[in-house]
Amino acid sequence: MILTEQDLTALFVTLKLASVSTLVLLVVGTPLAWWLSKSQWRFKYLIEAIIALPLILPPTVLGFYLLVSIGPNGPIGGLVDALGGAPLAFTFTGLVIGSVFYSMPFVVQPLQNAFSSIGQRPLEVAATLRASPMDRFFTIAVPMAKPGFITASVLGFAHTLGEFGVVLMIGGNIPGSTQVVSIAIYDHVEALEYGQAHWLAGSLLALSFLMLIVVYGANRRYTVAQP
Amino acid sequence: MASNFSGAMKAIVSEYEETSEHKIVLSFGSTGKHYAQIINGAPFDVFLAADSARPQLLEDQGIAIIGSRTTYARGKLAVWASNPEIKDIKVALNNHEGMRHLAFANPKLSPYGIAAQQVLMTLDLWPKVQSKLVRGENIAQTFQFVHSGNADLGFVAYSQVINPKQPLQGNWWIPPQSLYSPIDQQAVLLTNKQGPKDLLEFLKSPLARQLIQHYGYELP
Repeated sequence: MILTEQDLTALFVTLKLASVSTLVLLVVGTPLAWWLSKSQWRFKYLIEAIIALPLILPPTVLGFYLLVSIGPNGPIGGLVDALGGAPLAFTFTGLVIGSVFYSMPFVVQPLQNAFSSIGQRPLEVAATLRASPMDRFFTIAVPMAKPGFITASVLGFAHTLGEFGVVLMIGGNIPGSTQVVSIAIYDHVEALEYGQAHWLAGSLLALSFLMLIVVYGANRRYTVAQP
Repeated sequence: MASNFSGAMKAIVSEYEETSEHKIVLSFGSTGKHYAQIINGAPFDVFLAADSARPQLLEDQGIAIIGSRTTYARGKLAVWASNPEIKDIKVALNNHEGMRHLAFANPKLSPYGIAAQQVLMTLDLWPKVQSKLVRGENIAQTFQFVHSGNADLGFVAYSQVINPKQPLQGNWWIPPQSLYSPIDQQAVLLTNKQGPKDLLEFLKSPLARQLIQHYGYELP
């Protein structure tokens, strides 16, 4: 076996983390992107700037703030404790929360663009036909924004796959629960196990490349189909 | 050079530069990463590792100057809790059911991690604390886990808890050195220049040795 059992476990944890995070991101990000594309609020750019922050900040900064804030003396840690919840550090749930922050712009931005490019017209027409706002959203906006949803899901998923700094800071490297592929690769390199590092790094590279091909391929089909 | 030695080394270098025309540029990082950089041609003159294994490998491969390998400091472990309410660290360590997380450095990567594992094994705690263990990639990260309170206890370096520049909260216990094999931190020369040679010599001077001790290391 080229990949060790621990490597495979890390791969599994990574895929699980990316899937769960993408689902959460779609649930949280869709209404947010919809609101951003429709809102006329004059301070909207503040929210947009906050969402875009992870694009600029080194993940270690985000990870460091998360580590401090989920600690027993931090604001999130204190709140969770007051609500009777278990501490988030070194848990899979903690990683999901970190990933949601970290990959937020990769999901919200494509969705926002997709919703904006629909324009007011189709929705107004639907409104004159007495479609309720919910109805308009699910039967007009969502289908028309389908390429945006594909891009958002794949980018959110792929970006979480490559996550390192945040997990490094709040994960604690526990096999089967918080040890992801990027950490396992880092460990192999640090331990001079370059052969294993190559195999695992190569797997991640192939997986990421495959996913990006799917997005760009799918988007091409849509642009061709909708001239 | 190993990040754990950065405080001590900065003090040593500032002393060294007062008497020498050579300027020293320090690059801090993990020993494993620096090793990978060195075998791939990184332009370093001296390598201060956190262990003895990597300098030995460099010597075996003919990358380091043969015969230049020397132990410059011996690391000491400390078990630290940042919460001041945890008073008796040994009791807390034995009361493993009551603890949430016990942090230590990844033994695959850090000699401090190997030492921590040895201490836990000698104390017969190793199998009992398995579900509580969280691993830092290095001793600095392990320190962060404890500092932020996310791990109630952690095996860190004594040099970190007595850092003269940063007094710490909480209590610590220093496991006797008989519980683990010595953490020898070794240095090697990578080039044959005079400046680097002088620096390695300076590390053995009484002044440097005094600083090394002051920063929480044992002398070899």
